[in-house]
Amino acid sequence: MSAVVAEHDDHHDDHDHGPAKGILRWIITTNHKDIGTLYLLFALAMFFVGGSMAMIIRAELFEPGMQFVDPQFFNSMTTMHALVMVFGAVMPAFVGLANWMIPMMIGAPDMALPRMNNMSFWLLVAGVLMLASTLFMEGGAPAGGWTLYPPLVLQTGKAFPFAVFSVHLLGISSIMGAINIIATILNMRAPAMTLMKMPLFVWTWLITGFLLIAIMPVFAGAVTMLLTDKFFHTSFFDAAGGGDPVLYQHIFWFFGHPEVYVMILPTFGVASTIIPVFARKPLFGYSSMVYATASIAFLSFIVWAHHMFTVGMPLAGELYFMYATMLIAIPTGVKVFNWTATMWKGSMTFETPMLFSIAFVVLFTLGGFTGLMMSIAPVDFQYHDTYFIVAHFHYTLVPASVFILMAAGYYWLPKWTGHMYNEKIGQLHFWLSTVSVNILFFPQHFLGLAGMPRRIPDYAIQFADWNMISSIGGFIFGASQLLFLYIVIDTIRGGTGEKVTDEVWEDAHKHGLEWTLPSPVPYHTFTTPPAVIPTEHI
Amino acid sequence: MSTNDAYYIPHKATWPIVGTSGLMIMLAGVANFLNGSPIGTTMIYVGLLMFIVMLGGWFALQSVESETGMYNHGVGISYRMGMMWFIFSEIMFFAVFFGTLWYTRNLSVPWLGGEGAKAATQQILWPAFEATWPTNGPGKVGGEFEPMGAWGLPFLNTLILLTSGVTCTWAHHGLLAKKRDQLIKGLLATVGLGFLFVAFQAIEYHEAYTEMGLTLGSGIYGSTFFMLTGFHGFHVCVGAIILSVVLFRSWKGHFQPENHFAFEAAAWYWHFVDVVWLGLFIFVYLM
Amino acid sequence: MKKTKQLFAGLTLLASSQQGAQADYTLNLMEGITKVSNHIYDLHMLILWICVFIGIAVFGTMFYSIFHHRKSKGHKAAQFHENTTVEIIWTIIPTLILVAMAIPATKAVIELDDVQDSEMSIKVTGKQWYWDYQYLDNGIKFESHLDEASEKAHRLANGNPHSVPHYLLNVDKPLVVPVNKKIRFVFTAADVIHSWWVPELGWKKDANPGFINEAWTYVPKAGTYRGQCTELCGRDHGFMPIVVIAMEQPDYDAWVKKTLAKQQEAVDLSDLSREDLMSKGASMYLKNCVACHQINGSGITGTYPALTASLRVTGPIDPLIGFIQAGTSRMPAFSKLKDDELAALITYIRNAPELGNSVGDEIQPKAITPVYDD
Ligand code: HEA
Ligand code: HEA
Ligand code: HEC
Ligand code: CUA
Ligand SMILES: [Cu+2]
Repeated sequence: MSAVVAEHDDHHDDHDHGPAKGILRWIITTNHKDIGTLYLLFALAMFFVGGSMAMIIRAELFEPGMQFVDPQFFNSMTTMHALVMVFGAVMPAFVGLANWMIPMMIGAPDMALPRMNNMSFWLLVAGVLMLASTLFMEGGAPAGGWTLYPPLVLQTGKAFPFAVFSVHLLGISSIMGAINIIATILNMRAPAMTLMKMPLFVWTWLITGFLLIAIMPVFAGAVTMLLTDKFFHTSFFDAAGGGDPVLYQHIFWFFGHPEVYVMILPTFGVASTIIPVFARKPLFGYSSMVYATASIAFLSFIVWAHHMFTVGMPLAGELYFMYATMLIAIPTGVKVFNWTATMWKGSMTFETPMLFSIAFVVLFTLGGFTGLMMSIAPVDFQYHDTYFIVAHFHYTLVPASVFILMAAGYYWLPKWTGHMYNEKIGQLHFWLSTVSVNILFFPQHFLGLAGMPRRIPDYAIQFADWNMISSIGGFIFGASQLLFLYIVIDTIRGGTGEKVTDEVWEDAHKHGLEWTLPSPVPYHTFTTPPAVIPTEHI
Repeated sequence: MSTNDAYYIPHKATWPIVGTSGLMIMLAGVANFLNGSPIGTTMIYVGLLMFIVMLGGWFALQSVESETGMYNHGVGISYRMGMMWFIFSEIMFFAVFFGTLWYTRNLSVPWLGGEGAKAATQQILWPAFEATWPTNGPGKVGGEFEPMGAWGLPFLNTLILLTSGVTCTWAHHGLLAKKRDQLIKGLLATVGLGFLFVAFQAIEYHEAYTEMGLTLGSGIYGSTFFMLTGFHGFHVCVGAIILSVVLFRSWKGHFQPENHFAFEAAAWYWHFVDVVWLGLFIFVYLM
Repeated sequence: MKKTKQLFAGLTLLASSQQGAQADYTLNLMEGITKVSNHIYDLHMLILWICVFIGIAVFGTMFYSIFHHRKSKGHKAAQFHENTTVEIIWTIIPTLILVAMAIPATKAVIELDDVQDSEMSIKVTGKQWYWDYQYLDNGIKFESHLDEASEKAHRLANGNPHSVPHYLLNVDKPLVVPVNKKIRFVFTAADVIHSWWVPELGWKKDANPGFINEAWTYVPKAGTYRGQCTELCGRDHGFMPIVVIAMEQPDYDAWVKKTLAKQQEAVDLSDLSREDLMSKGASMYLKNCVACHQINGSGITGTYPALTASLRVTGPIDPLIGFIQAGTSRMPAFSKLKDDELAALITYIRNAPELGNSVGDEIQPKAITPVYDD
């Protein structure tokens, strides 16, 4: 270690620093691009881990009867699949994008707090490691669902305190990451980069950062109370002592509902960044996009109990949460309409990033529609805890968040690596994914409406056909993602061999500062702030 | 506003990985300890040690960098924003427990007592229960207890914390006016009052456990009481330790009227802890 | 999109051709049999159609532009990027649509909430993993477990679900209710949260430990209605179905009379044949013990001990009786088992070849001495 330390003096100087050598480069790095890469690769790995768990779920549900796993293990898989996907894959992937892109988009030399940036990443790894370790513990991994409802979750074996502390670690990591992003955006912009000139991806992350700081401590508090209820005789969630198990649900969803918007707002941001480039038009309604994002974020704090329509809330609560939830359709609609208007009378081309973005708009809206249906409290009495909900949130998460992450990968990989990905394979990946994701999740609407509850390892015979179709779709979708893995590796190693221009996409320099930089981007960028800001969207 | 010309960017950082490992080992140790596994305690000590070394090392590094003028105005703003948002996250953490207190007092306990639409809950499940506050619930969890009064030690503690807020500000004025003597005296008083507060709280807890039958296990009253005041007390300790570091640095001659982020951060934190206590005093002790 | 639609049409055909035996299956929400469930169905359809129309409008516009405004067709990009009028329009129209939805929805919520003027009450207690029913007006009380055929089919490695009628949707003792009466349900749970759902009644309600939730129904039509627990409640959450049989009043009255009479019968302590003991024991085992100790007595390593070759099982009888009746902190107490049931159960666990035990004795009901009373 000392050898490396000796290579640099610890003082500030302006000449270009290369990265440290070897593995240590990644462990002690403070460079936003290195850390962004770490986040993205870690997220990709976790996507495969979480996806493999989903494959176990789909394999067991392929046919009625118990074939492969014990019901308890099945429940663990459901729980861990969700936790790994949410906290290990989708959230870190967006933090990775933020790390890579935000400084470049706003003309900053790096993140505002580079050392803390390093710590955020490694805390994430620590949290996920701790979570994963529970798989090997006596009594098995947590199996109470990702919502960790008491009293059930208190029946977890040795894994219980580890799961709680992993949530704490993940929480600290997210809060640090969010603080860093907010400080970067508010403090590190190039002089000409006013707030209302920022790319929407930056805007959505500014708001997402705020959401994260507001909700992660709430989740931490909730699991802390679980811990004391289990080990220190408190009665927060126990009626005998004057507490209430439903109180946990209120706290969890106060966290949990904004949490799902943490996964969708940056998605909106990336979509708003990509669509104009391939429509060759400025984004329609830039400022209304900003206000819509802010409204969604605000509303997300006051609608949480739509997850709890059946817990026995008083009538007034039921009605209030129904009305409030319905309102979210308005700002979200504004976004959908704006994307459509951006494409309208454009001059569109359909490279892979655009294809994924279009699929996102359509399939996300589908998921949004089912969300709206569930917001109607009396009807949710039927939908609640069925596969209808599973279909809803996978539409908003997989062909929305995950698709946009893929789109972002295709869109920026040439900039990051200096190599072009293979467009043919990219398009193949797109078509396979889009078709199979619908075979995977669309039938789950039917299953839910017909009465199949979620979180069950086995089901009645009448659900057999659609489950089988869904599983087949799942296997095809999963296998298709191997193509993405191949493309990422291939592009890093040289891709098509074609030399990409700085701009990569036609006229992209009008849309973002990053396209004014060389491809691949040098290790340090914008050590002096850029003078001219692209103004397409103003 | 641009602040990024010559913005200081460190090129490597070794403390984060040390701190992360320490934290992870420590938490895994606590988990093992709770599971009754013998290696737990050792892990806690190792992890804690690493964490403390990290804090010491990282803070020392920052203070050297600060004193050698490596931070320009922009860096200072980033640090301030960082601290402000960190305090915001802490506010949300306390909000959970205040929310819990509100919910149990105003909703779950009355429901258990048959109020509102939940009359059947009392009739069928807890016929003997009457909703009052404080309570340890229909199961009389933890047995008889005496609730904590407001006007003894808690009131004294309120005065102590309020005074410490004043001494802290007085120290700040000293710093701004280049009166190092006032700065050090003010900080000394603040730290002293902080630890005094903690000591009184320890006495209060001791009384609760030994004489009043009031424990963490005393149903929802005990749970909320100890969680709220306990987390607050922990924050007072942390705040007092941070202030001690600031005191030490002041004594070594650090900080300038125009450059004293560490002092400011510690002071903000202290005021935040102060305000939380006022909330506690009103909602936990008085109401 | 078009492709996917075609695909779905194909798949739908495929699926419908395969459905034979269990034909009461739809792609859409069940309409249900109660008035409330019909209202909910109507609401569901209303919102579904609204969404379909909005979807057609939005996606239609989008795909029009995707086909016509493409570079390959030489379309030149316009440069507009704002239009306050359309933005106001597309904020206001959805708002109005939402208001239109909220009105019938509010009515339905209020209707569902009203448990007043009920004619009878049933207390439903969710337990890991069965339902406990108690008729508050006449004192009938019983447990409702997954039926044995489903139990065997899903637990045995070679079980065949397809051969079991109403696989996983059948119970040993269904809940019986009269038609044309407003029935009030009160829900609670003994251990963790469960949720009681019969789709055809139109709602589900959570059963929370320590609290009571209320709901009501009015069944207009005799028949058998099936549902499931819908709140994850642990290992066997997927295996605690609900069956409601609605009967005409006279049939119901007869059922009440019969059930009450049986409930009051004293436990028959006369000796049973070995076959009877073993078969009765097997069914007690399937009902009460299999969830933890498994169908072959192997338990789950690290969590639930094996009964196969357990010294407690094969050793002296009195401590074994006491153990089962009293339970431990980790195993529930089974003081509810009657003497004849316990005798059969113990004979079974000591001798069942499936469990790999063969002590070679028989325990008769008379041999059960009250070791532990609740
Ligand atoms: C990224 C994730 C994401 C997103 C974006 C959403 C978006 C929405 N969700 Fe979803 N939701 C989840 C993830 C997400 N959800 C998850 C993970 C769960 C389950 C958690 C669990 O239990 O494990 C869940 C569960 C869930 C429930 C609980 C169901 C239940 O358990 O019973 C409800 C109920 O109201 C709901 C509603 C909504 C609504 C109203 C929106 C809205 O934001 C949607 C708004 C969008 C549109 C409406 C479409 C576009 C709009 C237009 C084109 C305008 C015109 C439209 C009209 C006027 C109709 N969601
Ligand atoms: C961002 C979040 C996210 C993502 C991306 C996904 C992705 C997927 N989810 Fe997930 N899911 C959740 C969040 C997410 N899910 C949540 C929150 C729940 C609720 C949990 C709860 O109830 O508590 C849930 C629950 C859930 C269920 C319900 C389980 C139950 O109720 O018991 C199912 C069942 O089909 C499912 C399936 C899938 C599938 C098939 C994918 C696929 O998209 C995954 C595709 C990816 C891969 C497959 C990996 C890549 C490929 C390989 C590893 C190669 C090997 C491939 C093969 C062998 C074919 N999920
Ligand atoms: C919810 C889970 C559960 C159910 C249901 C259950 N048991 Fe158990 N059983 C356990 C656990 C856990 C233990 C270990 C008890 C302990 O050590 O505290 C155990 C232990 C035992 C033992 C002692 C085994 C030994 O070798 O020490 C016997 C005998 C037994 N159970 C019989 C039964 C019978 C008979 C039934 C059904 C009537 C039953 N159990 C139902 C969980 C269960
Ligand atoms: Cu009981 Cu699920
Ligand atoms: Cu929600």
